[in-house]
Amino acid sequence: MSKQHIKFTVNGEEKDVLAEPRELLIHTLREQLNVTGPHIGCETSHCGACTVDIDGKSVKACTLFAIQANGTEITTVEGIGSPDDLHPLQKAFREHHGLQCGYCTPGMITRAYRLLQENPSPTEEEVRFGMAGNLCRCTGYQNIVKSILAAADEMNGVKEAAE
Amino acid sequence: MIPGAFEYHRPSDTASAVSLLQSHGDEARVIAGGHSLIPMMKLRMAAVEHLIDLQDCQDMKGISVDGDAVTIGAMTTQHDLIESKILADAAPILHEAALQIADPQVRYMGTVGGNVANGDPGNDMPGLMQCIGAVFTVLGPNGDREIAARDFYEAAYTTAREDDEILTQIRFTAPKGGYAYEKQKRKIGDYATAAAAVLLTKEGGTVASASIAMTNLSDIPVWSEAAAQALVGGACDADSVKAAVAAMLEDIDPSEDNRGPVEFKRHVAGIVLTRAIERAWSRA
Repeated sequence: MSKQHIKFTVNGEEKDVLAEPRELLIHTLREQLNVTGPHIGCETSHCGACTVDIDGKSVKACTLFAIQANGTEITTVEGIGSPDDLHPLQKAFREHHGLQCGYCTPGMITRAYRLLQENPSPTEEEVRFGMAGNLCRCTGYQNIVKSILAAADEMNGVKEAAE
Repeated sequence: MIPGAFEYHRPSDTASAVSLLQSHGDEARVIAGGHSLIPMMKLRMAAVEHLIDLQDCQDMKGISVDGDAVTIGAMTTQHDLIESKILADAAPILHEAALQIADPQVRYMGTVGGNVANGDPGNDMPGLMQCIGAVFTVLGPNGDREIAARDFYEAAYTTAREDDEILTQIRFTAPKGGYAYEKQKRKIGDYATAAAAVLLTKEGGTVASASIAMTNLSDIPVWSEAAAQALVGGACDADSVKAAVAAMLEDIDPSEDNRGPVEFKRHVAGIVLTRAIERAWSRA
């Protein structure tokens, strides 16, 4: 049960950590790597505040042992944009008041990022269905949905302009 | 919530996973998507000394359709089921059901094999597999054996699978006719208060064949032959749907929990079955 080496990529940087097999990925990210974007909300696989992107899947990092992610590529909200270079989703959440307290936002944005990769022009219903694994206790979701639809438009506009 | 300590194994194929299970006996558990097991380990309701991660077992992944023979590897995720065009064509009832399981994040991880093998009465796939007459393959020290979904479930969390066996694949014949999977749940991510899987075929305006299974209304899924029989030969009108519901209510045995008292569950069971039959008939 001793600690083992676990290697994965977090936001493009290769990491090599030592962890017991029972260590959950969310703890490795937050406590060992100081990647504190993903939050611990419910810790019971419901709320989605800990959502990270692993090899193209949205995953609740409270329900995965770090060692299961050995060899994967992990993206957190920190890897999606930076304060100087916000991702369209981050910009849209700011512009459309997609957050109030902000606790659920890293999970919301990380999940929405994957949703828009898979479905670049979702309907409102598809956004609501695709975001059903993320809970927000402030906004009533209306502005979150609005933000994601606006980000999709922005991303599609940028793409069209480039073509 | 930190689980108890365990040793982690990641075999590269199913045969190696079986030998690990054999050597560690009942101290070992396999993990697929882990979205049932890890929460239980975090609550310390499951104690595992040796955790055998099946994620590298490529021989347990994927969906194939050959004519009307459908095979699904146990490590196929709910997300994979939803994304599969060939499966949606061959067995749209699986697509409809998988969309109602848990939430997007959980569906990326949760596997169809874990869903059927865990024996949790709340899981949706066991009843569905009984409805469509699926057969499970389990691999053990003496090789493969096949168990019909209708014979697999013995009690809550107790199945015909032995401790040193792994459920590796699911096979069934592509269902014909109308289908529906109708589920009532309190919120996204919850297990069913009641759910119904229905298949119907139609000949000359009457029901030629029917299969009905109910989820989370007993400690095992309930495949109700009496409910199906009540529909066969009739025109699927209000009276025969009522008769099917009455027959189903004889077969279920729900217990009270935080989803409601027994009478409420029986009420919901009747409603979901009525809706499922009506939708299946409209598609037959």
